[in-house]
Parts: sequence; structure tokens; C-alpha cells
Amino acid sequence: MDLRREIDAVVMGASAGGVHALQAVLSSLSADFAPPVLVVLHLPSGRPSRLPELFAPHCARPVCEAYDKQPLEPGTVVFAPPDYHLLVEDRGHLALSVDEPVLYSRPAVDFLFDSAAAAFTHRLLAILLTGASADGSEGIAAVRRAGGVAWVQDPSDAASELMPSSALALAGADEVLTLNKICERLAAY
Amino acid sequence: MTDDAPNELFDLEIRLLLEAVYLRYHHDFRDYALSSMRRRMRHAMARFGCERLSDLQHRLLHEPGLFAQALQYFTVQVSDMFRDPLYFQALREHAVPVLRTYPSIKLWIAGCSTGEEVWSLAILLAEEGLLERSLIYATDINPESLRIAEAGAFALDRVAQFSRNYLAAGGRASLSDYYTSGYGGVVFDRRLKRQIVFADHSLATDQVFSEVHLVSCRNVLIYFNRELQDRAVGLFRDALVHRGFLGLGSKESLQLGPHATEFEPCVPEQRLYRKVAA
Repeated sequence: MDLRREIDAVVMGASAGGVHALQAVLSSLSADFAPPVLVVLHLPSGRPSRLPELFAPHCARPVCEAYDKQPLEPGTVVFAPPDYHLLVEDRGHLALSVDEPVLYSRPAVDFLFDSAAAAFTHRLLAILLTGASADGSEGIAAVRRAGGVAWVQDPSDAASELMPSSALALAGADEVLTLNKICERLAAY
Repeated sequence: MTDDAPNELFDLEIRLLLEAVYLRYHHDFRDYALSSMRRRMRHAMARFGCERLSDLQHRLLHEPGLFAQALQYFTVQVSDMFRDPLYFQALREHAVPVLRTYPSIKLWIAGCSTGEEVWSLAILLAEEGLLERSLIYATDINPESLRIAEAGAFALDRVAQFSRNYLAAGGRASLSDYYTSGYGGVVFDRRLKRQIVFADHSLATDQVFSEVHLVSCRNVLIYFNRELQDRAVGLFRDALVHRGFLGLGSKESLQLGPHATEFEPCVPEQRLYRKVAA
């Protein structure tokens, strides 16, 4: 797949083990990586996340936490804030919600992937990484139904295999990749 | 058929259903954010056993009783007492000293849902000695939510979180001083309610109904599109007295809209603003 020609946005989801995995993935993005990158990492509720500060030093692209109706900027890495779901409102804007948590988690990967699939359809790349939760499975299914591309981390390579293995069982994937492979493919952009 | 046709068709069905609901029941959800509405419409379809959204639309048009139930799916009723404790601390430290200078105080909680924030604010005002001369307008579009809000009764398993928030918000006593418990729930002190008016009001279709000193509208605007957000903030501006306070949710911002210059940040990190002269 030619990322540069075929993809307008990238969404990522991770839970347990996700900080390490996302540091690797985000550091593989080159400074000219153009699609916006939207990320849900499961977080403890009720405190500020500090994710931008945590990830910015590892990433050649600007990193921020989402606010409501934020315009989507090319090449920006946007994290879901704690206690909010992150959604794609349309191809140019984000949205937030305080709907019920999914499998005890808010933000939930499913909200992001599902809404991004509706907005970007076949021009979306979804990457599901390590996690000890089945959140993200429905999201991967929605991305594939809409014709988008789903990469799921190889469960045997993941720090916590439940998240990728649940998604594979429910929806399958276009590719099952190790973390290193995911990084290589993104770095080749 | 292209790949994205099913999505486009679903979006079209949503538009038709919201138009139908507006014409039939005068509840206007047409300018709600689409991304959340899609999810909630799918939940409603599952709940009412409808294969297609058009089927749900048909039933909504012909079964008013069903609409009352379905209303729960159009709006979100998730909140905690003293949610974002630092917001309430900011009210105590920055708004209360100004409110204290008025002989009578009016406050508006717009989109109060099931009332968690209403009771929180009443407790805060009581502890500051201001409740007796305050009037709190608690408004929402959902009659069932208003009924729950007015009852002031909450499930026991939520109270531990409420208490933690209350203390983190600078509470002066114990939250249990304000409620009595029984039957798996707690009921808040009726005396707090004397100064609260619960009322049906829509930020989408209604006008300003009173002059107020503070508006608190948190995590309501996120469900609106930009146009409806601008309308709501315009109502808040019109309702507020000169230098009145506006509190928003922690990820909501005025900076994108046309009303940005009509407010100045008071406690920016808690999204507490003050109205300034235009």
C-alpha cells in the first residue's frame, strides 16, 4: 500500500503497554508525514494526562491533546484527553463526548475508529496495538466495513495480547504486523 | 455503489429523522454534532429493534410514547457531582467573592441533565453563605432528566466518587451532611432545593429568560455543531450581567467562535470566563 497516495488520516489505539509501543510508533514518523494522526491511549480517569509532554520528545511531528471541534491539521499527532471520547466529526474537525465509557474506558478506541471510518471511509489507516482490553475490536470492524485499512499488532509481539487478538477474532485485519514492522512501514512514508 | 455509500445513506437517514422529530415534537437536534449522533442512533435502533433508521423514524412519528423513551438516546445523561473538582474550586475562589457583592444572585445551569451539578452548586453556595439570596435556574430539554434532577436522589454506589470530588473541590464539611440515605440511594436535603427552579429550556430553539450573574454549561456544547454552539454562547452573553461569569467544560473553548472577544479568561485552565463590554 502506498501510504502517501492512499491515506488521508491515521488512527491508533492502545492500552496496557501502549506508552512504550506508541513511543516507538510515533518516533518512526518522519517530519514530512502528512496525514493527521489521532490516538486513543487508555488513561486513568480524573487527572491530567501529560501525554503531549511525554510523547513530543520522541516525535518529529507536533503533539497535542484534543479540544472540542479542533480543526484537523496535517501531520499533527492528537491524543484523546482523559475522561473524554475522541471522535472525528468530519474530514476537517474533531469532536469530544462524555458518553458512557466502553468496557470501563473513556476515551475508548471504538469511538475514535468508528467515527473516523464514517468520515474518511477507505482513505483511513487504523493501527491497533497492545492492550489488556477488547476495546478497539468494534472499531477495527467498522474501519474494515467502510473500506479502510486495518493494521493489527501481532498478538505474540504485543506486551498485552488481548486487544489485538480480540480484534483479529472479531474483524480480522488487512495486515498483522510486529511493532518493528509497523514502525518500518510508517517510516517509509 | 461505492464503498462509502452505506455511510452516506445512514447520514441521510439521520438528517431525515431529526427533521421529522423537529416537525413532529419541536425538539431540535438538527444542529447536533453528527459523530456522536450516529452512535446514539445506532444504540436507539438496537434498543427499539429497528433494522433501519427509517423504521425508527416511522415509529417515532406514529408513537409519541416511544419518542419520550427515545429522547434518552438523543441526549447524554452522564455526570458526577463536583465533576472536575478544580472547576468548583475556581468558582469558590474567583466567582464567589464577586457574587457576594450582589444583594440577590441568579445562576443558570444550562443543560443540567440529571442534576449532579445543580446540587453541587447549591451546596457550594450554602457553604459560602450565599444560597439564601441565590436563585438557581436548572434547565434541560429532557423532562425525564429534569424529574430525576429535581428528586435529588442518586444511587449509593456513586456517592463515594461524589464525596471524593466534593473534598477535592474544597468542600468545607462532609458530603454526608447534605443527604440522607436509605433504599440503596441517597436523597439530598430539601432545604437546598428551595432556591432552585427546574425548567424546560432549549439552547437550540428558546430565548433568554432572565438576567443572570453566572452561567455554567459544561460538556453540553461538545454535542453541538459550531453554528449551534455559537447560538448558545450568544444566549449566555445576552443573559449575563456586565462582568458576569461563564463556565464551560474543560475541553470546550470560546476561541473558535464569533463570541471570543465578548469574554475574557478568568481562570483559563478551568474554562471560567467573564463577559466584557463588546
